[in-house]
Amino acid sequence: MAPVLEIQDLHVSYQSREGVLHPALAGVRFGLMPGEIMGVLGESGSGKSTLAGSVLRLLPPNGNITRGAVHFEGKDLLRAKPAELQQIRGARNSLIFQEPSLALHPTMRASEQVRQVLVAHRSPGRSAPNDRIRQVFALLFPEEADRISLSYPHQLSGGQRQRVLMAQAIACGPSVVIADEPTASLDTVTQMEILGVFQTLREKLGLAMIFITHNPALLSGFADRVLVLYAGQIAECGPAEAVLASPRHPYTKALFQSIPEVSGRLGNSRKTKLPVILGESARSSLPARGCPFEPRCPERMDICREREPAAVNLSASHTVSCFKYESGSN
Amino acid sequence: MQPLLKVEKLTKRYVKQNIFGAREDVLALEGVSFAILPGTTLAVVGESGSGKSTLAACLACLESTTSGDIWFEGINIANSREHVRRQVRPKIQLIFQDPASSLNPRWKVLDILIEPLILQRKFSHEEMNARARSLLERVGLSADIAVRLPNELSGGQRQRLAIARALAQEPKLLILDEALSALDCSVQAQIANLLMELKSSLGMTYLFITHDLAMAAHLADEIAVMNRGCIVEQGPAEIILKQPEHDITRQLLAAAPRFTRAAPPALER
Repeated sequence: MAPVLEIQDLHVSYQSREGVLHPALAGVRFGLMPGEIMGVLGESGSGKSTLAGSVLRLLPPNGNITRGAVHFEGKDLLRAKPAELQQIRGARNSLIFQEPSLALHPTMRASEQVRQVLVAHRSPGRSAPNDRIRQVFALLFPEEADRISLSYPHQLSGGQRQRVLMAQAIACGPSVVIADEPTASLDTVTQMEILGVFQTLREKLGLAMIFITHNPALLSGFADRVLVLYAGQIAECGPAEAVLASPRHPYTKALFQSIPEVSGRLGNSRKTKLPVILGESARSSLPARGCPFEPRCPERMDICREREPAAVNLSASHTVSCFKYESGSN
Repeated sequence: MQPLLKVEKLTKRYVKQNIFGAREDVLALEGVSFAILPGTTLAVVGESGSGKSTLAACLACLESTTSGDIWFEGINIANSREHVRRQVRPKIQLIFQDPASSLNPRWKVLDILIEPLILQRKFSHEEMNARARSLLERVGLSADIAVRLPNELSGGQRQRLAIARALAQEPKLLILDEALSALDCSVQAQIANLLMELKSSLGMTYLFITHDLAMAAHLADEIAVMNRGCIVEQGPAEIILKQPEHDITRQLLAAAPRFTRAAPPALER
């Protein structure tokens, strides 16, 4: 089976007002299979939102894709004309943002907001979008589709608003949805509910999804694969169970250990301190050469300061960019 | 031991008026009672809309209350007079979710820290400078940050700064209203450790408001679970987590994100 979305060696940098280039993504590559949920894990500044923006060419004016290719359904999006892109964005490949209350129009009924998406992408000769709107709301709000579709955003809860955004995203029947921190502003109970809705959409519509988050705990039992970004580079990528249960990259390991779990308190020993990753991942504290995680890495070696590690295959589907796993290095 | 804060049957009713003038009562808090002993942490957990933030605002004397008592160090501060509030407010400090919006973007870090010291009117210029710098050190920020603006700091640094500003008033109680929720996981762990450190070095008392039951479990001695303005269950953290009695608690526990924790490193290849 061919991937529906394929990203090859993507390099993106932002130009500051003084004209200095700041790299945001360096050599990101992966393929997304139809119906697959790819969890992209990264902290602020790791380039995860830049990734979402570059796939659909929605970067801010000072953001430039300097190298690489994005193939979507057989088209190279980096060479597509603006009119072609317009047909793909929101129709074949749509984006869901973090803050549902900012992404929705405050004085427009939910159904109207979904209608606008359909109208924008309507091909001549297609039937009126009313049936489609009803279908989409019935799918996302099985119990109260009619009430919600006639509501204004302020009458809806955070979780319901997020579902209206999802309704907009799937209205035109896309093959890929990119969700950038879609649950970050929701409480944990609503978060689980939204993850459930995403699962349903995948099962019923065969949607493939890039799910961007900073919270690894959300991905367990949800994502098929996990890609870990650190400072714009792929630290680790592999099957979700493998990465979440036994992470191999020192960054992934340290990140997971710093998150408390409810079960941690059920034992008799109470930890007063969480293991933390020392230092910051801010651009300014990145090393000029070598592995970007080297200054904070608990397992650093001499070679890490000299050059960047290449991706090492641990298995057919699990890769790690770390010298520890390179055969022959000791 | 006397509790530092004792809340008895606290009720808060908002009157909401829609654009046609029709009035509607919203009961944000209904008969909330609890006590916090000095040097301990109470976590208040609940879904959004359960009344957690209203509770924080009432305790910090930012909102009036409808009925009930709030005893802080033996004084009833519920609907107290302004001169009483003025004495109490410095001792109860609030830390919010988003430090970016609670720090003046045009002030340098040092000015932000000196402001609460000026208000106390008991320090000379040199003393204030020295105090501000020792506050920075206390929360793990380096001294060279003093001349920067808030937007030049990372999210974690800004939250540390917000904590340092709160500490400038020498508070007895820190109310953390979703103070960790907006931060990256690795930064959450750093700030959580800072809170634990301040608890042991200063004997700080915390009211930790969150929807993240895992972090509540890590930080708190006691947990109170809120739903629709009421505390539905409260007790020592271990007991709430081991034997949740109320459906809402079970729901929160089931939703607490968990993942199989990293196994001890396997044999390296």
